[in-house]
Amino acid sequence: MVTNITNFGRSGLSDWLMQRASAVVLALYTLYMVGFFLTTSHLDYATWSGLFQGTGMRIFSLLALISLAAHAWIGLWTVSTDYIKPTGIRLGFQVVVILAMFAYLVWGVQVLWGA
Amino acid sequence: MLQVNVYRYNPETDSAPYMQEFQVDTKGRDLMVLDVLHLIKEQDNAFAYRRSCREGVCGSDGMNMNGKNGLACVTALSEVVEDGKLIVRPLPGLPVIRDLVVDMSLFYKQYERIQPYLLNDTPAPAIERLQSPEERDKLDGLYECILCACCSTSCPSFWWNPDKFVGPSGLLQAYRFLADSRDTATRERLAQLDDPFSVFRCRGIMNCVNACPKGLNPTRAIGHIRDMLLHNAT
Ligand code: SF4
Ligand code: SF4
Ligand code: FES
Repeated sequence: MVTNITNFGRSGLSDWLMQRASAVVLALYTLYMVGFFLTTSHLDYATWSGLFQGTGMRIFSLLALISLAAHAWIGLWTVSTDYIKPTGIRLGFQVVVILAMFAYLVWGVQVLWGA
Repeated sequence: MLQVNVYRYNPETDSAPYMQEFQVDTKGRDLMVLDVLHLIKEQDNAFAYRRSCREGVCGSDGMNMNGKNGLACVTALSEVVEDGKLIVRPLPGLPVIRDLVVDMSLFYKQYERIQPYLLNDTPAPAIERLQSPEERDKLDGLYECILCACCSTSCPSFWWNPDKFVGPSGLLQAYRFLADSRDTATRERLAQLDDPFSVFRCRGIMNCVNACPKGLNPTRAIGHIRDMLLHNAT
């Protein structure tokens, strides 16, 4: 067995499943948003902030955000192990990606539950 | 006259590999690429390549002909030549020992890693372990592999991680033993494959299927392994 410590879920299977599951969530969220834009004739601040008032929509958005973070991490981790051969640069890249995902996640929660 | 460009590299005398052009008189015949290589060797005795059976059985003359991997002995000029030109290079992604001869160590290491033999912890029967015709049928499309490496060396995932990704050839063989009713080590075999590289580096682009001179389908076998892993874990 090939050992590794930096991938998402410790096993290839769990990464693979997570990648598929998060893709489905993101697809559903995208469809929902496209549907919202198509059925909303007049888009102003009130309708936009109204959309995110409901707890359901907030949970859905947070789920999409977490899915995005996981999806991006697994994908970029794979890209980095394919193409970045020097260990130091690869590790540096992975740290940057992790920090970016974490920042986006916290920021996203703040936006969703903020005033 | 056929214009043939071949990859040349002799580490003892050349500082870098280069392409050399030969004019080969095929006398209008539709020769196999291997025959053309023999004619080139008559012009330059130092030209090196591997071959043995010259009938698509031994798997020693895998190479890259006009951009596609295949066995030189069963690839006719009419299948590959474009605009009267033929370009022959060694299998991509493996270290070149000399001219068209590559170092297959990594390829064999991955093959060795999947334990390509039956593992069975039940007492051995007096004569042999029997299989039903249906059980035997499951091995069709798997056991025919001749380990020519045409598939693995056409796979980008194998190029980037030949030390960690088993590659299409090794995975086809891994499934050949997972699918064998006489093998009892299924769980152990699967446990060896459940990391992010060994199986899951396959991106399913099917270069391997496109390259295999025996018409085998490693991508399908990899899908079966993934299903078995999923089945085992959920
Ligand atoms: S299908 Fe998988 S094993 Fe075959 S060439 Fe593509 S990545 Fe490699
Ligand atoms: S699967 Fe096909 S291409 Fe790959 S090593 Fe076996 S015979 Fe060669
Ligand atoms: S020489 Fe044996 S397969 Fe081509």
